[in-house]
Amino acid sequence: MAFTTSNSMFWKGFRDGAPFIMVAAPFGTLFGVFATEAGLNLVQVMTFTATVFAGAAQFTALQLLLDDTPTLIVLLSALAVNLRVAMYSAALTPYLGAAPLWQRTVAAYFTVDQSYALSVVRFETEPDLTVPQRMAYFFGAVTPLAPAWYLATYLGAVLGTRIPESWALDFALPITFLAMIGPMLRTLPHVIAALVAIVMALLTAGVPFNLGLLIAGTAGMMAGAQAEVVLNRRKAAG
Amino acid sequence: MSQIDPITMWTVIAGLAIGSFGLRFVFIGLVGDRPLPGWLLRHLRYTAVAILPALIAPLVAWPQATGGQPDVPRMSAAAVALAAGYWSKNVLVAIFSGAATLYGLLYLLG
Repeated sequence: MAFTTSNSMFWKGFRDGAPFIMVAAPFGTLFGVFATEAGLNLVQVMTFTATVFAGAAQFTALQLLLDDTPTLIVLLSALAVNLRVAMYSAALTPYLGAAPLWQRTVAAYFTVDQSYALSVVRFETEPDLTVPQRMAYFFGAVTPLAPAWYLATYLGAVLGTRIPESWALDFALPITFLAMIGPMLRTLPHVIAALVAIVMALLTAGVPFNLGLLIAGTAGMMAGAQAEVVLNRRKAAG
Repeated sequence: MSQIDPITMWTVIAGLAIGSFGLRFVFIGLVGDRPLPGWLLRHLRYTAVAILPALIAPLVAWPQATGGQPDVPRMSAAAVALAAGYWSKNVLVAIFSGAATLYGLLYLLG
């Protein structure tokens, strides 16, 4: 009985996750192309994409490596880009924290934008789900996405070197990231965080080792958090 | 642009693989059901929306492909991608709008 219901939750997750192949596949292809153009061989590209499993952080690391940034700064900056998955992990914990450790370990690896976003919405709207049903839904949601991501990266890596310069792929990264940022600007504090980060990034562009990214990112985070506190206080007072 | 040497590349891959898993595992794996301080969650909420624009802003203002000269097609494409993402809430729509703007203007302005 429990197995049947978990099974149906898996397929529910699968159906909800499947449309995001349309996002994961082009992004993965782009990473494959970008990494190959940067001089990585196929083994490096695929190890990178399979072990890190976080497109934005992978792009950040490569971009900084191409700018001759010291390794430690590359790691810190790329992990800063990935700090949001720690937030996802924290947000999923109340729902999945009671599952067996091995399941939580596997779930941790598959914690990405889409699996987090779909799962949290589902768990909030259906509070009566059991922990196994929630896990089934979570894994269902990533099941179509992960293979699409690996395969797309592979195709991008194989095709990469054959793409002509006139395609202006140098700008694919900014466009893709800006496209991701747009939907994130849900509230005024989010907008403030982004604006402060942009201004600080331009002002600190001359700081050595690309440390400006960490400075600007931290400033943006603090501005967003502070704006949230001020707005909530005002709401409580009014 | 310079070649990335293999030792540096593998160091970065290994460090990122371990670090990324650590970030994902820290709460769901280690913290379990215990509550988290509000200030920490509040800052974590704004990481993506701060770090990603900070990474992109210099690339838009001073694109590598033009030798660091500000460039109308790239600047416009960036603005369109951001605006389309904001209004449509759809990442794919935003990517295609931005790409169409870039190619359109590169073609028109030669």
